[in-house]
Amino acid sequence: MTEPAIVVDGVSKSFRVYQERNQSIKAAVLRRGRSRYTDFHALQDVSFEIPKGSTFGLLGRNGSGKSTLLKVMARILNPDAGSITMDGRVAAMLEVGSGFHPELSGRENVYLNGAILGMRKDEIDAKFDRIVEFSGVGDFIDQPVKNYSSGMYVRLGFSVSIHVEPDILLVDEVLAVGDMDFQEKCMEKFAQFRDQGRTVVVVSHGLEQMRSFCDQAAWLDHGVVQDVGPARRIVDEYADSSHAAKPVDGGGMRFGTGEIAVERIELLARDGGDPDGLQTGDGMLMRAHYRAHETIERPVLGVSIGTREGIHVWGTHGFDAGWVPERIEPGTGTIDIRIDGLPLLPGMYDVSTVIQDFRRTVIYDSLQRGASFTLQRGERDNAGGIVALDVAFGGLDPEQPIVPLSRLR
Amino acid sequence: MSGGVTTARERRARRAEERATAFSLMRNLALREIRAEYKRTVLGRVWSLLNPVAQIAIFSLVFGLLLRLPVPTGTNSEIHFFPLWIGIGVITWAYVSGSISGGMSSLLANQGLLTKVYFERSVLVVSSIVANTTTYLTELVVLVLITALIGGPAVLLYVPLLVPLLALTIAFVIGLSLMLSVALVYFRDLQHLWAIFTQIWMYASGVMFPVALVQQAQDQLASEGVLVDGQPLPLVTIFELNPTERILAAFRNIIYDYAVPSLDTWLYIGVWAFGLLVIGTLVFRRFSRNVVEEL
Ligand SMILES: Nc1ncnc2c1ncn2[C@@H]1O[C@H](COP(=O)(O)OP(=O)(O)OP(=O)(O)O)[C@@H](O)[C@H]1O
Ligand SMILES: [Mg+2]
Repeated sequence: MTEPAIVVDGVSKSFRVYQERNQSIKAAVLRRGRSRYTDFHALQDVSFEIPKGSTFGLLGRNGSGKSTLLKVMARILNPDAGSITMDGRVAAMLEVGSGFHPELSGRENVYLNGAILGMRKDEIDAKFDRIVEFSGVGDFIDQPVKNYSSGMYVRLGFSVSIHVEPDILLVDEVLAVGDMDFQEKCMEKFAQFRDQGRTVVVVSHGLEQMRSFCDQAAWLDHGVVQDVGPARRIVDEYADSSHAAKPVDGGGMRFGTGEIAVERIELLARDGGDPDGLQTGDGMLMRAHYRAHETIERPVLGVSIGTREGIHVWGTHGFDAGWVPERIEPGTGTIDIRIDGLPLLPGMYDVSTVIQDFRRTVIYDSLQRGASFTLQRGERDNAGGIVALDVAFGGLDPEQPIVPLSRLR
Repeated sequence: MSGGVTTARERRARRAEERATAFSLMRNLALREIRAEYKRTVLGRVWSLLNPVAQIAIFSLVFGLLLRLPVPTGTNSEIHFFPLWIGIGVITWAYVSGSISGGMSSLLANQGLLTKVYFERSVLVVSSIVANTTTYLTELVVLVLITALIGGPAVLLYVPLLVPLLALTIAFVIGLSLMLSVALVYFRDLQHLWAIFTQIWMYASGVMFPVALVQQAQDQLASEGVLVDGQPLPLVTIFELNPTERILAAFRNIIYDYAVPSLDTWLYIGVWAFGLLVIGTLVFRRFSRNVVEEL
């Protein structure tokens, strides 16, 4: 393994939680110095190393201490015990518009923010055009930043942060505010950082993003490290456990925040009829019966098919399919997903659904293996594996006669 | 032990870089404060001059014209002009008290920065004072020019003395602000308490009446038989214990009197300035580390 860029060694941090938060002299006098508070342990004996040039993810539920850990890394908070060693220049993106002054123009803020992050004036002068270009705020650069949208804030802030060319970049969830275009740009930039041997530490609730994008990850729960290791493994562990999936009456498992839930997945033949006797190549209609407890803006429905053995065969969601309803009102209803043909080999398959918010950071409901179907033998049954492909053998060279089809059956 | 030498050198290099960063940040924050203050006002920076002018006019009217305070005569300059005398006091006092209250609340005012990025925290206090100082400098230039018109250009000979005096004043203000800024985070009442204290402090600093008036009161009390151990009540001594009274007196000495402040005055201000700067720095270093959690 390469040498570490960041060494977190036995870091603990607790906050005082005051029963009555009263920062007045009178209160201090009345208590005679004994303030009534309890210690809240936000981080407890956290230790791990992050190798140089890697991308590291921090996972955990709300309030598990991820942001606190980033702040300790960024030297904003002082640990009660333990130490953090950072090798190189550090830039942190912890919140939307951190360090921006609303009355000043974007241009003035770039200089201010750059200075905060440790750039000298000539350095900023040289990079200014690139910073503006990457941020994409364009002509707005001379407008006061209070007129910016939150996405523009983040774009400009992020643009300054990366142009500091830090050896270590710390990013809290802020990037979720940017649009898809910008998120893609960020991902590209992170990849580029990794190639240049820079280290990135990200906090995100976007598990898919974390899985595909991070090399390593740590999972925090109540301020305690649960596990550190390859991102894929950690994300899976986290997804399995922290969602505390509950068995569902009709079969399958369910987790999610529950504002909306798929109560039942109904499988029908393509024409809406009986699904029994489905064969390879047949069409299918999946009907999700949902119940919404409140108005859900722009829900993204995802659906996937897996084998009984748990192999993920296929999946898509509303974003890819170009189908995201503006909103779903409270109550019950159905959503149809029509599959024209199932190019799958005979076997037992499970269907899972997931409903997420538009940014896909919150999982309202994930119904795993909510329904299953069996594919019967069809015409193309003469293969192994999962998928049915159209194949044709031929072109034997040098030529020989082929056994007639009738002799093979 | 060549390894030890390199690490020491590296450490020194890193510290030098941190200092350079802190300095450029200080400049930027000060610029931010200066620029943001008069943003979107029609008159812009003119306000920073109009404000003291209005105050000088009011004080001259009330204390000079209505209350008929004795107008001091400049010892060497022979200037006999109340508005100028009071102007030096008003402008300098506004600078000192404004810097302290600005520096004091700079941590609270920049919560957004403190909780989101790391940088040397004292930069906030210092830059707020630097911003105030630049405003004061332009006012001081105007004051000196007016003085030269009234009392003659000899004032320019004494202007260099303003440099060490201003340096001591800045040290005094920074030391006090550093201390108060962390205290304010823990005790928010301090803001209001300080506002009241500043009112009292302004009168105690002799902004709008000369020390002669205090002397007069002391003599009068003595003649009326108010004595302590057979001595008159030492009002003047008490009055002159106040470091800001000495600071204002020194500024008036240089600009109004065309004179060099006494050695005693220099020493007294110097001890206060360095004392506060050292104590303020120590207090700030000790308490600023955990200040973010209290915001
Ligand atoms: N200054 C503070 N004073 C008191 N408690 C605090 C302070 N800062 C954070 N906490 C507490 O520490 C815990 C961890 O917070 P933290 O912000 O690190 O969580 P997180 O993992 O980032 O959560 P999220 O996913 O919601 O961003 C929370 O319970 C929070 O209430
Ligand atoms: Mg957080």
